[in-house]
Amino acid sequence: MTGGTARLAAIAVATLLLATLPAWVANTYYVNIASQIMVFAVFALALNVLVGYGGLVSLGHAGLFAIAGYTAALLMEAGHGHLVADLAGLAAVLVASAAFAVLSLRATGIGFLMITLALGQIVWGIAYRWAGLTHGDNGVNVAGRPAIFGLSLASSNAFYYATLVVFMIAIAAMALFVRSPFGASLRGTRDQPRRMNALGYNVWLIRFVAFLFSGFWTGVSGLLFIYYNQFVSPQVASLQQSAEGLLMVISGGSATLLGPIVGSAIVVIMKNVVSAYVERWNMALGIIFVLIIIFMPEGLVPGSVRLWKLAWQGSRRQPTAPPAPAALKEQRP
Amino acid sequence: MTAPADATAHNAPPPALAVRGLTKSFGGLRVTKNVDLAVAPGERRLIIGPNGAGKTTLFNLITGEIALDSGAIIFNGADITRQPSRRRAHLGLARTYQIITLFARDTILRNVTLALLGLSDLRWNPFIALDRQRHLVDAARAALARVGLDHLADRPLAQTSYGERRRVEIAMALAQNPKVLLLDEPFAGLSLDERRDVQKLLMGIPRDVTIVMIEHDMDVALEFAERITLLHFGEVIVEGSRAEVVADPRTREVYLGH
Repeated sequence: MTGGTARLAAIAVATLLLATLPAWVANTYYVNIASQIMVFAVFALALNVLVGYGGLVSLGHAGLFAIAGYTAALLMEAGHGHLVADLAGLAAVLVASAAFAVLSLRATGIGFLMITLALGQIVWGIAYRWAGLTHGDNGVNVAGRPAIFGLSLASSNAFYYATLVVFMIAIAAMALFVRSPFGASLRGTRDQPRRMNALGYNVWLIRFVAFLFSGFWTGVSGLLFIYYNQFVSPQVASLQQSAEGLLMVISGGSATLLGPIVGSAIVVIMKNVVSAYVERWNMALGIIFVLIIIFMPEGLVPGSVRLWKLAWQGSRRQPTAPPAPAALKEQRP
Repeated sequence: MTAPADATAHNAPPPALAVRGLTKSFGGLRVTKNVDLAVAPGERRLIIGPNGAGKTTLFNLITGEIALDSGAIIFNGADITRQPSRRRAHLGLARTYQIITLFARDTILRNVTLALLGLSDLRWNPFIALDRQRHLVDAARAALARVGLDHLADRPLAQTSYGERRRVEIAMALAQNPKVLLLDEPFAGLSLDERRDVQKLLMGIPRDVTIVMIEHDMDVALEFAERITLLHFGEVIVEGSRAEVVADPRTREVYLGH
């Protein structure tokens, strides 16, 4: 299997590049950018479970991201250790995901989107206005990063490696999920929910479990984020944060493993690097998204694969295969 | 009702599928009116009726895809009226769709594998690779072999013909090894050759499967059916053996006469 070998080789090269990145970048600023890309890639991968594989477009995931972050940050502020705070953050995000799911899975499509949007805004409202709990606009400071097995994560490089490990675990979990029977079940509920029900699947419960899975990894990215920033504010629960996550998924390519990661890289680089040179970076980001939607509506990763195949076929000058009947057409004689 | 007296005389076993007083309205439109139906185990039942007679709605009520207003559905002696659609599938009720309802982004093999996975506890497992579950994949290939599509198993569904998709529909239902199989116009849109293939395929289904079929094509359907139910405006107008229903003047008036 040359395809499998090429894939393994690509994974090996990518892992090697990422593992040696602090050495060849040799600039704390860019190492931090790489950490940020991975933090948001985990967020986008988590969102992609629902958006790409479940066909459920959520605009409330920033709320889940914030619940994990705030829970951990507030517990640490109250004097609890990192382990307790992080586990509580994950527990909180699972409970919140279950509540989000029960309320929003009453609908699909635009109804689902509106309910998740409203739930996310409630979390933002609590973070912003319930100052007694969340300190409102002032946010919550996170005293420091944890030390794992005695290794402090305080330096940029150490934190980069810790994030890389979590990022790799997230990718592995997603890769397993996509190939698994449960992943196939979820995709089935996206494409033919009614048939899935008639085939014996519990469509609602499949979506619910997928929501918990998505929520869990959203919480993981929320925890990484507060440790990266050492600060959490209502900004992370904002609608803009949810929309950015969605843009990462859609621009990179939903229902692909690589797409959300590429999307995260685009958004983070535009926000941090390009904004240093272009004052209206938000507009530049918007233009990039419009171009992606026009020329590669399926997203950058699947779009590039398509162009690559076209170029490959063109270079070999082969007559193309007979066109496949693309649409389901009912033909009655 | 014109059920012949001898139908119950020879100590018949309880029906594989029975429907009692089934009623359904969409708004003010009564699409199913007090329908009674009893299909014996192993029977081949044909349901005919003009467009809008409520045939597909009857199937949707039996499978639970549409909630009924009143009545009861008995499956192998058990009342399944309140069971959700997915439970009925696990009990042994499978169907095909008149409007092809397949997973267009997947291969033929994956379509049939999904049908098998629906009845397997593996469907919740997020840790294993579905393609490596040999017993599921082999059973899916076997189901495709039954409908003569095993050589196309790895073809994406989007690259298949209409006739092939009809057969994938049937393969998915057969793969579930149902006790009762509901076929909604399995011959619709097929060429003459394809019709003959599908007919041969349906004739080959063993007698432990009870089959209820909706079909407009009288040539193939009449040959297949033992008993026929004629629906008209949601009501059972005529029911009986093939000869009785064909000879009945009401059949000619409603359906055959045009």
